[in-house]
Formats: sequence, structure tokens, C-alpha cells
Amino acid sequence: MSEQVKVFCFFSSEKKKSLSFFHPAWASFLKERLKDLLPTARALLPSVVPVALLIIWELLSATGAVPERKLPSPHRVLIAFWHLTRTGELPHDVLISTLRAATGFAIGGSLGFCVGLAAGISRLAENLFDGTMQMLRMVPHLALIPLIIVWFGIGESAKVFLVAVGVFFPIYYNTYHGIRTIDAGLLEMARVQGLSGPALFSEVILPGALPSILVGIRYALGIMWLTLIVAETIAGNSGIGFMTMNAREFMQTDVVVLGILLYAVLGKLIDMVARFIEREALAWHPSFSQA
Amino acid sequence: MSFLAPSLPREIAADTPASPAQAGLPIRLRGITRSFGARAVLHDIDLDIAPGQFVAIVGRSGSGKSTLLRLLAGLDQPDGGEVRLGDQSPRDAAPGLRIMFQDGRLLPWRRVLDNVALGLPRAHRPRATAALHAVGLADRARDWPRVLSGGQKQRVALARALAADPQLILLDEPLGALDALTRLEMQSLIESLWQRAAFTAVLVTHDVAEAAILADRILLIENGAIALDLAVDLPRPRRAGAALAEIESQVLDRILGRS
Repeated sequence: MSEQVKVFCFFSSEKKKSLSFFHPAWASFLKERLKDLLPTARALLPSVVPVALLIIWELLSATGAVPERKLPSPHRVLIAFWHLTRTGELPHDVLISTLRAATGFAIGGSLGFCVGLAAGISRLAENLFDGTMQMLRMVPHLALIPLIIVWFGIGESAKVFLVAVGVFFPIYYNTYHGIRTIDAGLLEMARVQGLSGPALFSEVILPGALPSILVGIRYALGIMWLTLIVAETIAGNSGIGFMTMNAREFMQTDVVVLGILLYAVLGKLIDMVARFIEREALAWHPSFSQA
Repeated sequence: MSFLAPSLPREIAADTPASPAQAGLPIRLRGITRSFGARAVLHDIDLDIAPGQFVAIVGRSGSGKSTLLRLLAGLDQPDGGEVRLGDQSPRDAAPGLRIMFQDGRLLPWRRVLDNVALGLPRAHRPRATAALHAVGLADRARDWPRVLSGGQKQRVALARALAADPQLILLDEPLGALDALTRLEMQSLIESLWQRAAFTAVLVTHDVAEAAILADRILLIENGAIALDLAVDLPRPRRAGAALAEIESQVLDRILGRS
């Protein structure tokens, strides 16, 4: 009983003391300091949640609340990262995965862009392609995996093909849609100004469709990762997905978690690049203007 | 409009690479008919416009005045009759023809100067700079269109129409969306540039006062036909006064059916 009273007294006296700190001059000084810190604080804000999660995770592992065998602690994942980097295994797998993603994206993306362009510009091509495209778009491309394994086996071409199919549709659709939604008044004006053919394309059609095309690209980049992870996890003998599945065989959960985190980091990096391109290419657009 | 004078340096006209010596384009319409569905918008119109003339077409909304302008521009084809610009069809005369639209229609993804230079051959780019100078916006060349005011956007659209040194400019209610003061400024700007370059101008407007200030000749279109063809023979620049009011009331009386 007496102890409780003591504790209470301790807190109340502490409170009084802290109140005396808030002399008006002191408060305004603090306010100024906080204002200076504001930009830094805002820049750090997005990393608060990931860092907090890491700390909680590490604490849970350290106290034994989460068994290491099920979910290794962050520092063990870091050690696995260091180890695999030194043996050269990790850079090799990351490189292979990146190459597959890039090749598939380049093939599927450029095909989607070309067909979308044709359907957007010519009524004939629209009538020819668009109905089929809208139908095929509804088929989840991952449903093709069994067929693709039959066609290509589990080699490189199977993964590249699957990624290409995955990125084709968002880029097709957004290119087509972007061109079709260009302000008809601007097209009319451009024709009056004597533009046609390549000049009309580069001055009006492409820049007008670009916001939509870039949305398609960002969406396709997400699909590209997803497809690659699934393809590498199901069948393969190299790449990040293979690395994690292989580690599972040997119960190396640290490597499995490392693989998952790698996808997150690489995905974030790609998204940052896409955002940067968006900001640069659409500087004229009110939604992307800096000033 | 003395406040406009500083933005219109006279020497620019002399510096413009292509001299404005090209005469305006004469216009000849014979038996023009245009219907949308069962509704005849224009019915058997005959019209001659002399080279270099400034003609205003007025009329109620839906009277067919914009349709007439689109036929002149070759953006629409008549169901019957013939449009000749000089001795050519509108399509063949297109290089010498420019339109200034009500909504400006600047490309939001091109900077102001690039908008003015749109469609100009690379070698003629200095003309775009000169045209931008002539409308008083030389210092905004590197801006995006979205940061301009409505009046400034229309000046850029005017500069774009002028840059190719056209023989015919069609103005489709170009000042309809502007505030009263900016309208007055733009009217005198258009007038002075027209006087300098000697192109034929056809202005579609629903503002009778604007037509009276700018036009050599006012055409009233009613029920798809020319209901009034009025020559305005007043010295320029015109200021509000009895003579102008007389012209205005003549046209308005006719539109409103007052005697």
C-alpha cells in the first residue's frame, strides 16, 4: 500500500517538473527546431513501418516467441545474404531472374504495345483484334503453366514465354485505351495544322496516350514479378524462386525468407524506376508536376 | 487600346522571315446544302468573300454558323454544292488555312513555343518566335500551357494560327470563353494582326458587338440561310459610339424579330 503511494508521488512530481520545462520561450524554441526537422521527418516516414516490423520481428525471435526453425530472425537472414553473396550463388540467381524478367517484359511489352497501337489507330485492326483480346485477357495466364511445361519443358523459354504473356495484356489494353481516349479536338486541330503520319504520331498520338501507357507499364511490372516467382518456384533449376525452393528441401528457412525479401526489394526498386520515368515523361501533366 | 501597344512592336512584322505580302484567299460558295439526319442545317447557300475581307457570321445557337465554318475548313463535306477557296477545294487549300478554336486546343504536353511551331517545317521555326512576340507572349515561350490564363492560351492559339502565314484564318468563337476585358484586348490584337498580314478572316460569333467592331461585313444566318448581309463601312479602330450602336441594333432587331 505504501509503495503504491510512493509510486504515485513519484509520477506526480515528475509531471510538475516537466511542466516547468514549458516556459513560453522554451516552447517556441522547440517549435522552431521541430519545423527544421519536419522535411527530414517526412522523408523518413515511409520507412517507419518496415523498420518497426523488423525490430518487432527480431525481438520476437530473440525472446523465442517465434521458433527460429519456422521463421529465422532478421540478423540470420542478413548472415545468409552475406554468405550467399560471398559464394556468388546469390548474385548469379538474381542476375538470372532479372534477365528472364527483362527478356519476357521486352518481348511481351513490345508486342502488346504494337498490337495496342494498331488497334488504337486503325478501325480495321480494332475490329480484327480487340474482341479476341478482351476474351483472352480474361484467361489467367498462370493457368497456361501445365500447357507451357508440355510445350517448352522447364527451361528458359517457358519462363520467358509466361512472363511475356502476362505483361502483354495490360500493355496492350492501356496503349489501345490511351490512344482511343485522346481528345478528338486536339487531333482535329493537329490535322488543320497540317500534321499527318509520323509527325501526327509523335506530336499528338504518342504523348497523348503516354499517361495511360505508363499506367499499363507499371501494372505489367507487377505482373512480371508475380509470374516469374510462380514460374521459378514451380519448375526451374536456377533463379531466386529456385533458390528458395531448393532451400526449403534442406530446411534452410533463412534462405527462403531471404528470397522473399529479395522479391520485395527488387519489386520496390523497379517501381521506383517506373515512378521516376513517369515523373520525367509526364512533367507537363498536372498530376505529376513538381512545382 | 493603348495598353496593348507595348506588346505589339511594329518592327517584328518587318523581321518576320516570310513577308505578309501573300494576298488573302477569296471564298466562293455555290448552292451549299448540309443536313444532319432529316434536319437541313444549311440550305442552298451562295456566298462570295473577297480576298483580305474580314467577315463575321452571327446567328443563334444551332443556326448552322459553325457548320458553315467547318465546311470552309474542309472538316466537314457538304451534301450538295461547291466550296472553292481561291481556285481550290478546301482540302487542297489546307496549307494556307488555319483555324482558331474556342477552346484553344493547345497540346498540354508541348511547351508554348512548340505549340506555336506545331506543323511548321524546322527551317520556319523563327516564324513561331515572331508570332509569339506579336501576341505579346515571347517571355512565356518555355512555359507549359496549363500555367497560362484563358486569355493567354487564346493568344498562343492565335500565334499558332498566324505562324504559318496563312491566307485564310477561320475563327470559331475564339473569344467566347474569355472575360469582358480580355475580350476587348483580344479583339484589338486580332484586328491589328489582320491589318498587318492581310489574310481573309471569317469569324463565327454570337456576340453582335464583337462582329460590329471587327468585321467589314456581317452575315446573319437564320434557319440555314443567309438572312442579312450587312456591310460595315466604319473607320478602324472602332470604338463604341452611335455608328457602331446603329449597326448592332440593325442586326439584333433582325435576330430578335423586332422591326
